[in-house]
Amino acid sequence: MSEPEIRLIDENGLRVDGRRLDELRPIKMEVGVLDKADGSAYIEQGKNRIMAAVYGPREAHPKHIALADRAVIKCRYHMAPFSVEERKSPAPSRRELELSKVIREALEKSIISELYPRTSIDIFIEVLQSDGGSRCAGITAASLALADAGVPLREIVAACAVGKIAGKIVLDPSDIEDKEGDADLPVAFMPKSNSITLLQMDGSLTEEEFNQGLDMAIEACRKINEMQIEALKRRYISVKEQAEEKQESREVST
Amino acid sequence: MSSTPQLPPIGRIEERTVVDLLAKGRRMDERKLTDYRALEIETGIVQKANGSAMVHLGKTKVLTGIKVELGQPFPDTPNQGVLTVNAELVPLASASFEPGPPSEAAIELARVVDRGLRESKAIPLQALCIEPGKKVVIVFVDVYVLDHDGNLIDASAISALAALLTSKMKRFELKEGEARMTDEVAPLGIQNEPVAVTAAKIDGNMILDPCLDEELVMHSRLTVTSDHDGVICAMQKGGMGAFTDQEIRQAVGTAIQKGKEIREIIRGATAGK
Repeated sequence: MSEPEIRLIDENGLRVDGRRLDELRPIKMEVGVLDKADGSAYIEQGKNRIMAAVYGPREAHPKHIALADRAVIKCRYHMAPFSVEERKSPAPSRRELELSKVIREALEKSIISELYPRTSIDIFIEVLQSDGGSRCAGITAASLALADAGVPLREIVAACAVGKIAGKIVLDPSDIEDKEGDADLPVAFMPKSNSITLLQMDGSLTEEEFNQGLDMAIEACRKINEMQIEALKRRYISVKEQAEEKQESREVST
Repeated sequence: MSSTPQLPPIGRIEERTVVDLLAKGRRMDERKLTDYRALEIETGIVQKANGSAMVHLGKTKVLTGIKVELGQPFPDTPNQGVLTVNAELVPLASASFEPGPPSEAAIELARVVDRGLRESKAIPLQALCIEPGKKVVIVFVDVYVLDHDGNLIDASAISALAALLTSKMKRFELKEGEARMTDEVAPLGIQNEPVAVTAAKIDGNMILDPCLDEELVMHSRLTVTSDHDGVICAMQKGGMGAFTDQEIRQAVGTAIQKGKEIREIIRGATAGK
């Protein structure tokens, strides 16, 4: 990149939004946010606002895509026209088509698809507002939606990107850091099995910088994975409490 | 929407052969795990293009043609020429390729080749601006897959680079406010040589340059594109499986080394052309 007009790292080593180099943006996750979907989740990561929904396992459509020994996984990553500075055409771009593929591949390994032959499990990711790292936040949300749908999973997949700005490796770059920065390295990871299920890179990294970036991404994915499990617990503990309250009120009235 | 592909069937015996041989550290065509198939590069075979290169990687054949035209810059980069990479999985190359709009495999292929060229700044886009905001040179890189025997990404990236290195264009100049073509012919001035190296993981074994039979049984692949300084400029993991972090680190090191060897072959085939 040519000389950035803004200083992305200040004299105290802090970033434009005041974060340290290895600090995540604030993350908020909520599970079970949509009524009609079999599973759903919402994530806010920085200014990212992303909704994920899962339908299925259900009948595969069109029928010829069905597989005899496992469920077909379908995935669509899509950005809302108003999610970026200049309106984006709602028609899927080549970028969205590529991301739909790599996101599906990032989630495939986590799903025990052999349990549902001839069916389809459909994953929809809608980016309502994009702020850098949206494919990763999308994967994090989609994995929660799969769990919420009751799809049997080997593990929950967490994802996070690493970037390079002003020669330094930084965690979870925001929109401006991504655009002005010198590299973007998104990673999806399942901690228990040490499985990297998505890895892309563009920019410029030496082998040493890459290894440092990969360490940082994996560490962040572990943290995000814990937050995912907390979000799932919140959802189901609150469901359980509601059920118990109903039970109590019924017992009181009888 | 992307959906789990229906892989073309591979014979049980072939599958067993690939897997059993790898367990002994061997491959079907007697290559070592990190060996490439024979690589041949022919340039200048399409005279109507500004540059072209046919790459034979074993039985895989990829032809890239370069076309240079005048056009408008993108609004966010008014002072730069435009690079456009497209890939066609031509139906004559494989029983599984069909005519029609580009498949996600074709889009991924084009975008991985594009990222290597773009991020390594191989094409001097600044020098391709004729009139800021109005007229710039557009470089079309069209990758044409003619025979698919595996590892299309590496073969395509090699073919695109070889075609660009041997491309010639007429110089443009601004005369009385009009962009005009002169008679002066010059090379594109390629300033970096990104090389993609793809590793495939089969049953815990890592191999380079998978042929089609190996791709059909692989769990996942990792492409690492490095530039002439050994700096990584693009990466792409593909396939439904996963890598451990150690596997990735090892593949990155191997890919950078292998990239140097392949770059020398490309230099040998394009020097002075």
